Amino acid sequence: MSLFLIVALLLIGVLVPIYTERFGRKINTFATMLAPGIAFAYIISLIDNIFAGEHIIEYLQWIPSVGLTLSLHLDGLALMFALLILGIGLLVIFYANYYLSDKEDAGRFYAYLILFMTAMLSIVLSNNVLQMWMAWEVTSISSFLLISFWGHKSESRKGARMALTVTGAGGLALLAGLLLIGDIVGSYELSVILGSGETIINHALYPVVLTLVLLGAFTKSAQFPFHFWLPHAMAAPTPVSAYLHSATMVKAGIFLMARFYPVLAGTEMWFLIVTTAGLMTLLLGAYVALFKHDLKGLLAYSTISHLGLITLLLGLDTRLAAVAALFHIMNHAVFKASLFMAAGIIDHESGSRDMRKLNGLWQFMPYTATLAMVAAASMAGVPLFNGFLSKEMFLAETLHQHAFGFLSWMIPVLATLAGVFSVAYSLRFIHDVFFNGEPVDLPKTPHEPPRFMKLPIEVLVVICILVGLFPVMMIGDFLAVASKAVLRTTDLPYYSLSIWHGFNLPLMMSGIAILGGIIVYAYRSKLYRFQSQFMQTDAKLIFEGVVQTVISRLSQAHERFDTGSLQRYVAAMLVFTIALIGLPLFEFDVGFEPVNMQDVSGIEISLGVIMCLSAIATMIFHRQRLVALIAISVVGLVLSIAFARFSAPDLALTQLAVEVATVILLMLALFFLPKKTASESAPSRVVRDLGIAAAFGGLVATINYIFITQPLASISEFYLANSKTGGGGTNAVNVILVDFRGLDTLGEILVLGIAALGIFKMLARIRLAMPSSDEKGRPWSTDRYPPIVSMVSQALLPLALLVSFYIFLRGHNMPGGGFIAGLITAVAMIQQYIAHGVEWIKPRVKVDYQNLIGLGVLIAAFTGVASWGFGYPFMTTWFDYFDIPFIGEIELASALVFDLGVYLTVVGATLMILAHLGKLSTPERPKVEA
Amino acid sequence: MELLYVICVGVLTFSGIFLCLRGRTFPVVVGLTMLGYAVNMFLFSSGRLNLEGAAILGMAEQYADPLPQALVLTAIVIGFAMIAFVVILSMRARADLGSDFVDGREPVDARKLVERNSRGQAE
Repeated sequence: MSLFLIVALLLIGVLVPIYTERFGRKINTFATMLAPGIAFAYIISLIDNIFAGEHIIEYLQWIPSVGLTLSLHLDGLALMFALLILGIGLLVIFYANYYLSDKEDAGRFYAYLILFMTAMLSIVLSNNVLQMWMAWEVTSISSFLLISFWGHKSESRKGARMALTVTGAGGLALLAGLLLIGDIVGSYELSVILGSGETIINHALYPVVLTLVLLGAFTKSAQFPFHFWLPHAMAAPTPVSAYLHSATMVKAGIFLMARFYPVLAGTEMWFLIVTTAGLMTLLLGAYVALFKHDLKGLLAYSTISHLGLITLLLGLDTRLAAVAALFHIMNHAVFKASLFMAAGIIDHESGSRDMRKLNGLWQFMPYTATLAMVAAASMAGVPLFNGFLSKEMFLAETLHQHAFGFLSWMIPVLATLAGVFSVAYSLRFIHDVFFNGEPVDLPKTPHEPPRFMKLPIEVLVVICILVGLFPVMMIGDFLAVASKAVLRTTDLPYYSLSIWHGFNLPLMMSGIAILGGIIVYAYRSKLYRFQSQFMQTDAKLIFEGVVQTVISRLSQAHERFDTGSLQRYVAAMLVFTIALIGLPLFEFDVGFEPVNMQDVSGIEISLGVIMCLSAIATMIFHRQRLVALIAISVVGLVLSIAFARFSAPDLALTQLAVEVATVILLMLALFFLPKKTASESAPSRVVRDLGIAAAFGGLVATINYIFITQPLASISEFYLANSKTGGGGTNAVNVILVDFRGLDTLGEILVLGIAALGIFKMLARIRLAMPSSDEKGRPWSTDRYPPIVSMVSQALLPLALLVSFYIFLRGHNMPGGGFIAGLITAVAMIQQYIAHGVEWIKPRVKVDYQNLIGLGVLIAAFTGVASWGFGYPFMTTWFDYFDIPFIGEIELASALVFDLGVYLTVVGATLMILAHLGKLSTPERPKVEA
Repeated sequence: MELLYVICVGVLTFSGIFLCLRGRTFPVVVGLTMLGYAVNMFLFSSGRLNLEGAAILGMAEQYADPLPQALVLTAIVIGFAMIAFVVILSMRARADLGSDFVDGREPVDARKLVERNSRGQAE
């Protein structure tokens, strides 16, 4: 078995409860416990290897080409956490079996719980920090699901949202920190990073890295000032609280600090930040816990306080403090889980968690009371229980540090003070609930819970006592391997895990804490009165308020930009583009020397002037649409002349044919659109648009001028050299299209076909009113097909087809080819449509243009594929020369077949577009249901 | 010659951009067509302006660069398909939305302007 199998098994385990729910609660619970149980057993079986000093690392190649490798590991620290996560997880599942009522959706609950467990386990087992971060985020999400399990309650939803927001934001900071670490170290492997402490600490970005990672840890572990989410997460079902707030979720932050202890700790900054946050949290949590009337509220603040204690220990600059921190992690997990479970039982069996109502429960549930009392004593740090030992170590360590320089004496004093409150609230937990008179109108009469509901608590309490009595035997080795992993040494500092160290200062501090706690508790009513003078603030309301404010501000800002006006978007986009391309031009080298300048003739100047004037005319007359259309067609024609002039005969032919098709297209469209529109743009807008357009035109012209006056270094030498020998044609442009860049052409005709099909679809069932007259109210002419046009165009058709055939055939060697021939054919056909009408064409041309497009693309693709048949790569051209009687030697090339595909696609697409559009204005228009 | 060429490209761009910023669909389509011309000219000129040098082997001494020509050739055809697509889209928009405004509704200031102008004419 491998560590990966454990994670995989648990992931499958997420589904198990959903599918076993139908078999009843008991089977459901045990089936759910199966996967974690196996995982637990497997980890236990590895204990000996870890104790022997082994560090298990496993890799799984994921995407090796980009260096992504999954990797898991198991060392002392991971072992300790894995056992806590799985062990307490199993107990929590068992407990939930009794806690959840029959009506509740236990399958969903267990699924969330296992998901959470998997994520937690993945955090501690990850040997790659990115992988760890992913798992970290999954804990945030799955804890959100768990906290909001009772989603019908508003407080559950709000609590869950708050937890997700705070821990999620921290998670983002953590990601940034981890990415920086990866950048500094050059690897995301934890085992590499942990060996690069020096590099990270001495790096200039260390303060940033530390801040980001600590943000992640502090938000997760509810450290001051991010502690406020934790009490509100208590809206979750109690088993969830028992799990999340003892062994997992909040311990993830602590785990992170422990994991990165070797690489991030040891600097002034670490001591200062971590110690301060820990101390504040410790004190605040302990103090507030005393005033909580809600049992779970008390435990929540107590959790905050203990997390502060652990953080403080990690922040103290002694190596023993880290050992103490690890010890307390284990102890806290054990006693806090049992206390939450006990609180759950009390809530379950008495119907209330309010300590003002819960009194004297001893007489109703003495057994549960005993268990709770042992756990609470452990929490208070009473001797003979496990909490005492780690607290003693903690107090001893507070005496041996210099984190605050001359003010370091504050730490032991404040720690003792926190101890006083801790004893006081523990006392309250015991005395208020189990003694202190009679219960005050409880919803139901309390009684002992079902026998086995107490089992998990019993297990945990027994551990509390055994660790408290025989610490070395019980957890000595675990602590040692975990400490070695955190301190990265095989040589641990000396510490003694015994109950009795003689009369010393830490013992005295413990004594003061216990005595002080009793006194504080005895005079608690005075404290309550004092505390009641302060305004009660509800973090939930403040948080929701802040969130609402941020959202409304952002949506205001958003609305300002997002007006829904495409016109504005286009303008904004253009302005932005002008800025982007304009700014670099300012830095352009001033020593720019134009070369290649050619003389200009009078004809060229006249054509240029005609082109510019037509373009301007299009702009000016754009509201008189027919005039604009005539003007722009002049631009297109001059362009085609320009192409002919600048040695591009293929382009000139293409442009000419396309120009004809475009003008026909726009004319047809104009039939259905307003012919003239009033002036609708405000003068300010016109000026703005003129400015944008002028700036853009100027920039484009400038860039164009800059590059065309520079010497040309083209890759086309290759094409010219190989056009005849490799492609079998002398027209390099056509050879490039059908051979060298044949795949591009294939893609292009495909796009052409798709556009035509899209148009076909858009014209289907279009509901456009047919105008019966032009904009001046004159009815359209009824003389639809002038005879002269019909006769002439009919006579022209064979000629045009012949020309297009000729152009097609010679394309490989002379200007021409599939594109041009296709356009000529299409234009000739369109002319027939214009001259005769759809009704006349329909019975005569029985070609389905859709099929024509498909056929064309298929032929082109097939020519490419066919070369595979001859053992050549895709689209290899073949050509040879044949001597045909009476005609002479001709060349046949497979590129010709490819060009045929191009030809058919162009004909099909163009005709489909124009014929379908034209059909709209005839009786053949598609029927539209009313 | 080069200067004349880039001036034409600039003017075509200017006209095309201005038309693209109009509020109704037809001028925008015309503007896109115009921009298409400008872009094709721009791309074409990356092979420089050659006279008497068509890239037909054996027909000239100095050949023009065939690569930009091949690219522009397909660009012209695809440009046509795209213009056709946009035209039909604007027709469909008019059919479904009842107006030929780019934004799908008449801009507020446009209506005021039209009213003011018509009042001015009436007086």
